[in-house]
Amino acid sequence: MSQTAVETEAPVSTPSVLARLLRRPLALTGLVIIAVVVVAAVFARWLAPYDPYEQFFEGLTLEGAPLPPNAQFWFGTDLVGRDLLSRLIYGAQTSLIIGVVANGIAVIIGSLVGITAGYFRGWVDTVLMRLTDLMMAFPALLLAIVLAATFRPSLWIVALVIAMVNWVQIARVTYTETRSIAERDFVVAERAMGAGAGRILFRHILPHLLSTIIVWATLGIATTVLLEATLSFLGIGVQPPTPSWGNIIFENQTYFTSAPWLVFIPGAAILALALAFNLVGDALRDILDPTQQGRH
Amino acid sequence: MLAYIARRLIQTVLILLGISLVTFVLLYLVPADPARQIAGRSATAATVENIRQQLGLNLPFHEQYLRYLSGLLNGDLGRSYLQRTEVSTLIASRLPASLLLMAGAILCELLFGLTMGVIAALKRGTRTDDTLMIASFIGVSAPQFVIGILLLYVFAVQLGWFPIGGYGTFAHLVLPSITLGFLGAGWYARMMRSSLIDVLRQDYIRTARATGMSRTKVLLGHALPNAILPIIAMIGIDIGLFMSGIVVVESVFGWPGIGQLAWQAIQRVDIPIIMGVTLVSACAIVLGNLIADLITPLIDPRIKLR
Repeated sequence: MSQTAVETEAPVSTPSVLARLLRRPLALTGLVIIAVVVVAAVFARWLAPYDPYEQFFEGLTLEGAPLPPNAQFWFGTDLVGRDLLSRLIYGAQTSLIIGVVANGIAVIIGSLVGITAGYFRGWVDTVLMRLTDLMMAFPALLLAIVLAATFRPSLWIVALVIAMVNWVQIARVTYTETRSIAERDFVVAERAMGAGAGRILFRHILPHLLSTIIVWATLGIATTVLLEATLSFLGIGVQPPTPSWGNIIFENQTYFTSAPWLVFIPGAAILALALAFNLVGDALRDILDPTQQGRH
Repeated sequence: MLAYIARRLIQTVLILLGISLVTFVLLYLVPADPARQIAGRSATAATVENIRQQLGLNLPFHEQYLRYLSGLLNGDLGRSYLQRTEVSTLIASRLPASLLLMAGAILCELLFGLTMGVIAALKRGTRTDDTLMIASFIGVSAPQFVIGILLLYVFAVQLGWFPIGGYGTFAHLVLPSITLGFLGAGWYARMMRSSLIDVLRQDYIRTARATGMSRTKVLLGHALPNAILPIIAMIGIDIGLFMSGIVVVESVFGWPGIGQLAWQAIQRVDIPIIMGVTLVSACAIVLGNLIADLITPLIDPRIKLR
């Protein structure tokens, strides 16, 4: 980010940012999708028409095949006769918990690494940023696979694994920005007046980084949702019978020719949620970063 | 220039060393006992101990690492627990298929991505532009396995235009390449659009137009070459995306590359293979970035080496 970007940047004021988000049709679409998924996840117990674990006798045809979408089971049933809609609604919990927890941890680790390396420079900088380079050299998915195969996968382990591979991006961005902010006059003046590192970091540098962190955190949730779905699809993410959008596809993919709804309905859900966070994140970047304006 | 290349090469070697250390630590931490895995379930304690001695598993951490590292330098990635073959042999036999798939994917993402980006930039602010940018957003938000299964369902199962997975002919290559290139096409469309918009704003474009040169000539002769250059350098960085993507794409399409090898190894918890593929991928990514860094100043002299 250039100098002008930081100087013209107003402090993040929530109401105006939200109002400006709502005025953009794409961002609004994104917010609506996110709201729907959040409501589904929070009120799953009341919204889900059936128990997501119950295998219905009438959920399979006489030959034992799953039912396509119909009046009783709106999204059809899966290979063992469970209601797909109910599993999707409960699966929203999995996606959101992982999206928020894994990405939250990643944002905290990434910002700490980036700010520390950018402010203190010297050997701290060298060690932390070489570590970041090293992490960037590993393909995220393969590293997550190795970690997930090493530890027994559970919801929280999957969240941790994703956090471990996803903090790098935020670290790089906050590092670059911290370096440029730390050299600016007001920070130099503050230091000359005897302010400690803690005060400068939390009172002066962190507020300037806030908008960047918010943008990358939002975009990061999209990455996280996709990574969880992919790990679960490969069978090393969230383990069945706990429903996750990825593992619903993992369980049913072999029958996609005869029961396509079992793959494409959860697939559409994953796409919609990732798309929503990408749309909102992109709009936030436009709003919070004036240098980007006019480019779109 | 030479000093820069030298420094960059040293950095690369250090990162490669770091990669070997990370994969070794992970191997070291894996709870499964390799000696027991190799010996099999019915082996006696003495056999297991014998194998452990052979593999050097009783040595202290740093000596084990040095053994592992000298093995790596000789191309030894260890042995698969279950296939009883050298991991390096397995990877070498699978690598050509993966490289072919990646070449196809690069072609697809450049073809789709650049075309979309150019059209969007030229039609900036119109409905076409909006539609294309939404399409690019879908490209970067779509889970690859869903795209793969969707393409299989529509073009192989329903329409019968392409084979349902497998390897061998050109027709086998089309759907996996599109799937693997889908994500990149979304990124390229967005980058190409903003790069071309930037270029079209430059004074030399206005000057060229003012001399009476036609729009098409200005676009093809001046704007496009300048807008594409910074994007070409990104191909080196794509390797990182591909290395994650091939695990998914190859497993969906039954493509016999290193991604499928890794996926089969995941199912059987065959750690040496997973580690070998990770190590090879990480090296490919590091080299890809190195090449991108070295090429960028050659094609765009404004970027100075530091």
